Amino acid sequence: MLKYIARRVFVMIPTLLGISLLSFLIISLPPGSYLEAYIAQVQATGEDVTQEEIDQLEARFGLDKPVPVQYLVWMKNILTKGDFGISFDWGRPVAELIWDRLGLTVALSFSTMILTWSLAFPIAVFSAVKQYSIGDYIVTFLGFIGLATPNFLLALILMYLSFKYLDTDVGGLFSTEYMGQAWTWAKVVDFLKHVWVPAVILGVGGTAGLIRTVRANLLDELHKPYVRTARSKGLPEARLLAKYPLRLALNPFFSTVGWSLRGLVSGATIVSVVLSLPTTGPMLLRALKAQDMYLAGSFIMLLSSMTVIGTLVSDIILAAVDPRIRLGGTEG
Amino acid sequence: MTQESAQLLGQRNVADEALVEEMGEPEATSAEGEEFFIASQWQLMWWRFRRHKLALISMIVTIAIYVVAIFAGFFAPFDPRAYSAKYAYAPPQPIRFYDRTADGGIKLGLYIYDYKVEQDPETYKRTFVYDTDRKIPVRFFAEGTPYTILGLIPARVRLLAPVEENAPMFLLGADRLGRDMLSRIIFGAQISLSIGLVGVFLSFFLGIIIGGFAGYLGGLLDEVVQRLTEFLRSIPSIPLWLGLSAAVPPGWDPLMVYFAITVILSLRGWTGMARVVRGRFLSLREEDFILAAQLDGASNWRIVVRYMVPSFLSYIIARITMAVPGMILGETSLSFLGLGLRPPLISWGVLLKEAQLVRVLVSSPWLLYPGLAVVLTVLAMNFMGDGLRDAADPYA
Repeated sequence: MLKYIARRVFVMIPTLLGISLLSFLIISLPPGSYLEAYIAQVQATGEDVTQEEIDQLEARFGLDKPVPVQYLVWMKNILTKGDFGISFDWGRPVAELIWDRLGLTVALSFSTMILTWSLAFPIAVFSAVKQYSIGDYIVTFLGFIGLATPNFLLALILMYLSFKYLDTDVGGLFSTEYMGQAWTWAKVVDFLKHVWVPAVILGVGGTAGLIRTVRANLLDELHKPYVRTARSKGLPEARLLAKYPLRLALNPFFSTVGWSLRGLVSGATIVSVVLSLPTTGPMLLRALKAQDMYLAGSFIMLLSSMTVIGTLVSDIILAAVDPRIRLGGTEG
Repeated sequence: MTQESAQLLGQRNVADEALVEEMGEPEATSAEGEEFFIASQWQLMWWRFRRHKLALISMIVTIAIYVVAIFAGFFAPFDPRAYSAKYAYAPPQPIRFYDRTADGGIKLGLYIYDYKVEQDPETYKRTFVYDTDRKIPVRFFAEGTPYTILGLIPARVRLLAPVEENAPMFLLGADRLGRDMLSRIIFGAQISLSIGLVGVFLSFFLGIIIGGFAGYLGGLLDEVVQRLTEFLRSIPSIPLWLGLSAAVPPGWDPLMVYFAITVILSLRGWTGMARVVRGRFLSLREEDFILAAQLDGASNWRIVVRYMVPSFLSYIIARITMAVPGMILGETSLSFLGLGLRPPLISWGVLLKEAQLVRVLVSSPWLLYPGLAVVLTVLAMNFMGDGLRDAADPYA
């Protein structure tokens, strides 16, 4: 087991490096830079910018060097000092800006995952055990609609409905009095009161997908001879179900964490913009539009790293739960 | 083909002729059975697909949506860019089918009510109300504003249009500039649907070349491609797409932006295709019927073209169908966030961007109709893809 974990962690390192390289490449792509836009803005107000000032600014943001050097300097500062560079737009170090938002993104993704699991499991089991019943059809139908509806559309609809009929705004993650406050128990409660709306919106697609996978898995198991044997021996149906088929059907919960996490991070980005949540989404979007390169690059890098690490954790859990995977994994 | 033989199709494999003989069922040797055994692979697929009612209906819906998109000028009542400030945010007008005559009888005829603007004396807020005294007759195949079919043939006939050319008709409401939502949704389909197709073909092309070579040559190349696809797949799509689309210069003309967005969407899409193609290639190489063909002395070319390609083409087609909705959703999301397509291009995402503000949404909920178009299209394509996959894989 330890060997397996060590191998997986080792394989992850080049992936993380690749992610950092790609993130930097993406944000260096746009022609022109924030600085040029900034200079144009200052000149528009009638003030003059001397070449000296421009050079100074370039040197301060490290923009006077070629892109590969910029990348190396950026990486060096991250790895040695935890310094992600300066946000041009906010005029503050990136590290000060991102952790709060990243933390809330993690919290939101985690809440959504819990919600998805606790909804999908009972529904999938019901749907499989009562195959072709009316309930099964309803679940399957709703599942397909859930998969076909983009997250942000769902957010818009929910926002419209709550505004129109409940006269409340479902946006945000905190009530006004807790914004910018330190974490207290009351704030956690307030967070939980708000988080369920985006969690439901984000979770719909994932829940629908998970229900389909678990249902299919469970159906496969239910038709196997050992189940028939157990039934013919007179084992009560509930015990029979819990003893073996359910355990095997649980596998997708762990094995899908990787891609569902990716989907969650993707979905959270766009849903946060619609619901104006204080997570990474709106800030990333603004940074990209303003060519605030270090801020945008750090977000893309950290969000991607988050999913890679999440996948690793889920793989390790899966290996711990199911020995077949551990053994199969060592030969590749 | 009857129900029984259709069921037969589901239970047995094409290659299971021997099994049928063993079972000695008389029907199997009847004329229908003959038809079954000499049917081509595509015919078998079609028979199997036909049994899946939901998939069949979805296919019809999908084809209908594409037909509407191709002949958008005919199906849309107006030019999607025609605006009139007078009707900004005008609500949808329901179509009425009959009218009461003066003596209390019923007269059939299509018409809608004209608008009347009422102003709140206190807040000065203007609202549209239907003016039941002024009816606007509408007609199928009426002469409307001129348009061109496929950009070539000039035409004037529209599926449904008001009899008088300049009369207001907003069946799905109007947007902030008084443009007809229905016409915009129909024209938006052209871009949203084509970006899905073009994007998928691009990723399919890349995937089949890269994945095919990786699977065929194996070794180091295979390893590199595998790591690369794994790497690209580990990155969450929206942040990646957003980053790349932010790099599209704002000065580009709409057509260039369109292609740039398609390429961006395919950049990650090909990894899925490559995985599928490679996996299929590897597993097919080990199949018995390939071995049999090799022992028969068939050339490599013949094996690939006659046996391998047909047996994975159907599967690939099913995968393509299932990949299109993802592309459509991707474009919609990007344009919605303002980093994808931009006006003057009309796509469903561009239209939905108008619905981003709650304030606007509450007063004009019909701005969400493009979302309905997205859901309907994606749903139909998903069901169709599901049915195709089942039909394409006889072992499912």
